[in-house]
Amino acid sequence: MSEITAEQVAHLANLARIDLSAEEITRLTTELGQIVDSVAKVAEVATPDVPATSHPMPLTNVFRADTVVPSLTVEQALSGAPDRDGDKFRVPAILDEE
Amino acid sequence: MKKAELMDYDKALELFEPVLGFEVHVELNTKTKMFCGCANEFGQGANTNTCPTCLGLPGGLPQVNAKAIESSIRLGLALGCEIAEHSRFARKNYFYPDTAKNFQTSQYDEPIAFNGQLTIELESGRLVTVDIERAHMEDDAGKLTHVGGATGRIQGADYSLVDYNRGGVPLVEIVTQMIEGGEADSPEIGRTYVAAIREIVKALGVSNARMEEGNVRCDANVSLRPRGSNVLGTRTETKNVNSLRSVERAVRYEIQRQAALLHAGGTITQETRHWHEDTGITSAGRPKSDADDYRYFPEPDLVPVAPSREWVEELRATLPEPPAARRKRLQADWGFADLEFQDVVNSDLLDAVEATIAAGAAPQAARKWWTGEVARLANVSGVSADSLVQPVQVAALIELVVAGTLTDRLARQVLEGVIGGEGTPIEVVESRGLAVVSDDGALIAAIDEALAAQPDVLAKIRDGKVQAAGAVIGAVMKAMRGQADAARVRELVLERAGAAE
Repeated sequence: MSEITAEQVAHLANLARIDLSAEEITRLTTELGQIVDSVAKVAEVATPDVPATSHPMPLTNVFRADTVVPSLTVEQALSGAPDRDGDKFRVPAILDEE
Repeated sequence: MKKAELMDYDKALELFEPVLGFEVHVELNTKTKMFCGCANEFGQGANTNTCPTCLGLPGGLPQVNAKAIESSIRLGLALGCEIAEHSRFARKNYFYPDTAKNFQTSQYDEPIAFNGQLTIELESGRLVTVDIERAHMEDDAGKLTHVGGATGRIQGADYSLVDYNRGGVPLVEIVTQMIEGGEADSPEIGRTYVAAIREIVKALGVSNARMEEGNVRCDANVSLRPRGSNVLGTRTETKNVNSLRSVERAVRYEIQRQAALLHAGGTITQETRHWHEDTGITSAGRPKSDADDYRYFPEPDLVPVAPSREWVEELRATLPEPPAARRKRLQADWGFADLEFQDVVNSDLLDAVEATIAAGAAPQAARKWWTGEVARLANVSGVSADSLVQPVQVAALIELVVAGTLTDRLARQVLEGVIGGEGTPIEVVESRGLAVVSDDGALIAAIDEALAAQPDVLAKIRDGKVQAAGAVIGAVMKAMRGQADAARVRELVLERAGAAE
């Protein structure tokens, strides 16, 4: 069995800004543990002659030319913003007052 | 910490050994952003250069800018780095409003360049070799403006505004290994190292390299090790030290602050600190904690970068002469004294002076005009000297002085005309009628008149008191409105007065 703990799940949820109930944390602790165990099984069959990859496509060096293409208009860019002030996105105070 | 509470610098060094590290961010001057075709430029109004990719909208897909890869490899090579045969991007996950994607696309375990070295020379002549751990590629964040607090500070702000034009602009982050043995030179090492990086990226042409515009930004890590101990102290990371002078001041301040704390039995908190240019102190930022759990993972939307060895060697062949070597060569070629040469370098006029000499001017004359009159006029109008006038025009001006067409005084007027857009020096000379009067006939007429008006001076000159001729020369120069060669006037005055020199 993996050693995923409820504390780890709560920490991860906090980092990811996901609000989880106690029940959800319990359920996810079990499920994440199972996922980690499954990955460990795969690792068992991966012998040293199987190189680690981070991408399924056997591709490298896919580049684009350094050529400007039209951007969104300011109105398009701001159309999905919850709040704006002139041409800028407006966001709530970043630091909590103590 | 108040300045009075800092430990005396010499005493701090007696008790502790400073250990340094620097992270320098270089903004590349590609035409477009790192992962999308939005223009890499500011000043067109907020949020004018954005797209779904750099705004992190659903469906946005990054595409790597080939030029940014090329610039990063060239920079890595100029820093003596090895270039990775296989390199990849990684997501650095964190939430902050200046990062629309909620992650920064960076590099983690496979940076494009690593294991470099840069040797810098301090004012004393001491050589220090800084080991470069890595140079990796990443994208920049947007720009925040804080509203409602005191003078734009984030503390106490009611809300903040974001302009994402800078979001996604390509950066190379250069990370040093620990620098030990800097001792009392530590602050100067910081300044000189950042200056050397700036000079290199400028020579490579990969960045605009203007620190005041944030093209080159430095984070300075400082820790202190008690003498006789081999245990490293806790380090602080002072962020965004954005001028060469500030790098020096911030390192010195942190040495004195940490020494005072440690000596009083306190401990150093591992934290980021903010440098305040105005007051010359650092203040605590956020402590290093959970927030630094960035959960890096390989960027799934981008394939690896695997530069062929042929390409790397091709790029190596494009590297310019290393700036430090170039300086040594130019100083020797020009025969400048150290102070004269430093004056040119510190005024950022090396390129301008070199081009002026290449256009035919004598080195000392080129130096004199650029660091003198041109720099003065640039200073008056608040622009850089090399943006004011072309080197070839300065060379043409110097040529007119050497040929005797202009005196220095007249040449300064011509220079103003050239800068004012009146044309080349020769055109200004003609249109303003500024050439030295070299027609002896006109001079002799003026001299005879002046001598006749001052018979006592004439008598003195005839008695052999040639220094009395000054009064007549002055009168003639005035009559010629300064447009005469004083040395020639003097010759003629003595000749007309019949004095033997």
